[in-house]
Amino acid sequence: MSLLRIRNLSVDFATASGQFRAVDAVDQDVDTGEILAIVGESGSGKSVSMLAMMGLLPWTATVTADEMTFDGHNLLTMSSAERRKIVGNDLAMIFQEPMSSLNPCFTVGWQIKEALRIHLGLGRAERQTRAVELFEQVGIPDPAKRLSAFPHQLSGGMNQRVMIAMAIACKPKLLIADEPTTALDVTIQAQILDLLASLREETGMGLVLITHDMGVVAETAERVSVQYAGQKIEEQAVEPLFKTPYHPYTSALLDALPERATERLLPTIPGVVPGQFDRPAGCLFSPRCKFADATCKSTAPKPCSAELGHARCHYPLNTDQRIAS
Amino acid sequence: MLNYVLSRLLTFIPTFIGVTLISFAFIRVLPGDPIIVMAGERGLTKERYAELEAQFGFDRPIYTQFWEYLTGVMQGDLGNSFVTKRPVWDEFFTLFPATLELSACAMIFAVVLGLPAGVIAAVNRGKFFDRALMSTALIGYSMPIFWWALLLIIVFSGNLQWTPVSGRISLVYYFQDATGFMLIDSLASGQKGAFASAVSHLVLPTIVLGTIPLAVIARQTRSAMLEVLGEDYIRTARAKGLSPGRINGIHALRNALIPVITVIGLSVGTLLAGAILTETIFSWPGIGKWMVDSIFRRDYPVVQGGLLLIAVMVMVVNLTVDMLYGVINPKIRKR
Repeated sequence: MSLLRIRNLSVDFATASGQFRAVDAVDQDVDTGEILAIVGESGSGKSVSMLAMMGLLPWTATVTADEMTFDGHNLLTMSSAERRKIVGNDLAMIFQEPMSSLNPCFTVGWQIKEALRIHLGLGRAERQTRAVELFEQVGIPDPAKRLSAFPHQLSGGMNQRVMIAMAIACKPKLLIADEPTTALDVTIQAQILDLLASLREETGMGLVLITHDMGVVAETAERVSVQYAGQKIEEQAVEPLFKTPYHPYTSALLDALPERATERLLPTIPGVVPGQFDRPAGCLFSPRCKFADATCKSTAPKPCSAELGHARCHYPLNTDQRIAS
Repeated sequence: MLNYVLSRLLTFIPTFIGVTLISFAFIRVLPGDPIIVMAGERGLTKERYAELEAQFGFDRPIYTQFWEYLTGVMQGDLGNSFVTKRPVWDEFFTLFPATLELSACAMIFAVVLGLPAGVIAAVNRGKFFDRALMSTALIGYSMPIFWWALLLIIVFSGNLQWTPVSGRISLVYYFQDATGFMLIDSLASGQKGAFASAVSHLVLPTIVLGTIPLAVIARQTRSAMLEVLGEDYIRTARAKGLSPGRINGIHALRNALIPVITVIGLSVGTLLAGAILTETIFSWPGIGKWMVDSIFRRDYPVVQGGLLLIAVMVMVVNLTVDMLYGVINPKIRKR
C-alpha cells in the first residue's frame, strides 16, 4: 500500500470562457521514503494535481478522482476540518517563491511556532526549543536570533530554508516541494536540493519534487513522472528514463538538456503546450511531435504497459515496434 | 523612527504657512465686510466706519496684515473673535470636545461594523451576502447626508420617539463641564440618568456621521482582503492546515489593514474638520457649526484660526497613520 495513491485525477477550472481541464486522468503513487519527481513545462498541470490533493485550489476548481488516499485517509470524502488535521502535519508543502510565501507581517519564528502550536499543541518554551532545533536542522546560522527576523530581512535561500523548517516542523510523512529552487540562485539551488535529500534520509519522509528542470531530476529523484498538458505521459525510474525514454516528448525534453547538445544551437521543442482553445483531437503532443502521423492526430493514445513506462503514445520510442516501422 | 518623525514635523512648516495664507486669503476673497455685518441694520457713519477700520487694521496694506497675523500665529496668538471678543484659541477648545466626541463615536461605529463586514464580504465573494452588503454600502455612500439624517429623525425621534431630536443632553441635567466630553462629564456628575441621556443624544448623529466612513471602510476592506487572499503566503497558511477564521482574521487581515488604515485616516481628517451638516442638523455645538456661523458673520480671526487648527489636526492624523503602517507591516517600517 503506497503512502499516496491517486487514480484518475482530473481538475477543471471554471473560467470566463468555459471549463478548462488543467489535469486530465492522472494516476500517481508515492511510497514512504521515496523521491518522486514530477516534470513538465509550465502549464502542464504538475503543481495543480498536487495542490488538488492538498485541497489548496481556489473555489473555481472542480476536483474529480476515482481514488485519492493518503496514509489510509480518503482525501475525497473527508471534510475540510478533517483534512486540516493532516495538511501541514503529516502532509506538508513548500512553494516556488520563498519571498512571497511567507507572511510579511509576522516574524519567521512566529510563523513556524504557529504550526507547532496548532498541530502539536506545544507550550511556549517547547515551541521555542523546537523552533531553534528546526532552524539548526535546515542549516540556518544563529537560529535563536533568526527567529525574530521578518521574511524581508532574510535572503531568498534563507526564506526557503524557513519554509522547509516550517514544513517539516510536524515531522510529515510526505513533503511536496513545488519548484523549490526555481526562484533561487544556482549556487543556492544545489544547497536546497541537498538539504531536501538529506532531510529525506534523516526522517524517512516521502518527497515529491515538482520541477521543470531535468538537471534537478537527474541529481535528486528516484522515480520520474513526466506530465504534458495535464496528462501523465510517461513514468519510469530515473536511470532508465534518461537512458531509454519511451515517449517522444520525454526524449525531446532530454535532447534539450545543454549537457547533451551536440550542435552549437540548443535543440528546442517547437510550439507551445496547447491551451484551452487549441486542444488537438488526438494525441495532445501530436502538433509538436516529429513522429506524429494521421493516427496520432485523430486518436488519443492510451497509456502503454508498465514496461513501456505507461507512455501515452501510439508508437513508443526505443522499442522493436518503433524500429520495425 | 525619531528622526523620521522629526523630519516629518519639519515638513509641517511649509504646509502650515501655506494653510495660513490660504485661510487668510479665502475669507477676504468672500464678498461682504465684517464691519458692515457688525453694524447690522442700523448702519453707521463714514467716520465711525473709518474708526473701526483703523481699529481692526483693515486700513493697512494686505501684506502688512498678513505678516502681523503670521507673527501672531507663530507666537500662539490666533487673535480674538470679532463677535464674542474671546480668543479664537479658547473658543475652539471649548467646542472641540463636542466634535471630537461625535467623530470618535462615528469612527468607532464605522470601524467596528465596516471591518468585519468587508472581511465577510471578501471571504464570501460573489455570494448573496457580498452582493447585498456591497450594494448597501454603495447606497450608504451615495445618500445625501441631510436627507438620511432627517429620515432617521422622522422615524426614530418622530414616529417611534426612541431618541431625542437634537442637542447633547436633556435640559433637566445640569453640571459643570470638566472635560467637555459629555459622556465623561455626565458619568462623573453622578446624576441619575444623565449618562443614558447623553448616550441617547449621541446615537443618531453617530449613525449619520458614521455612514459614509462605514461604507468606505467596508468596501476598502473587501477589496484589500480580496487582493491579499490571492497572495502566496495565504496559500502557505492554508498548507499549514490553519482554520479559515485564523487565515482570514490574522494572516490576511493584518496585511489588508494598510489600505484600510489609509481610508480610516482620511475619514478621521474629514470628521475632525467638522461634520458641518450633521452638526447643523442635530444642533450639535461643535466646530463645524461654529465655523459655518463664523463664515456668515465674516468673523475673520475665527475662520482663519479654525481652518488652521483643523489643518494641523489633519496633519497630525496623517502622520499617525504613516507611523501605523510600520507597526502593522514591518516591511515598510522606516529606518
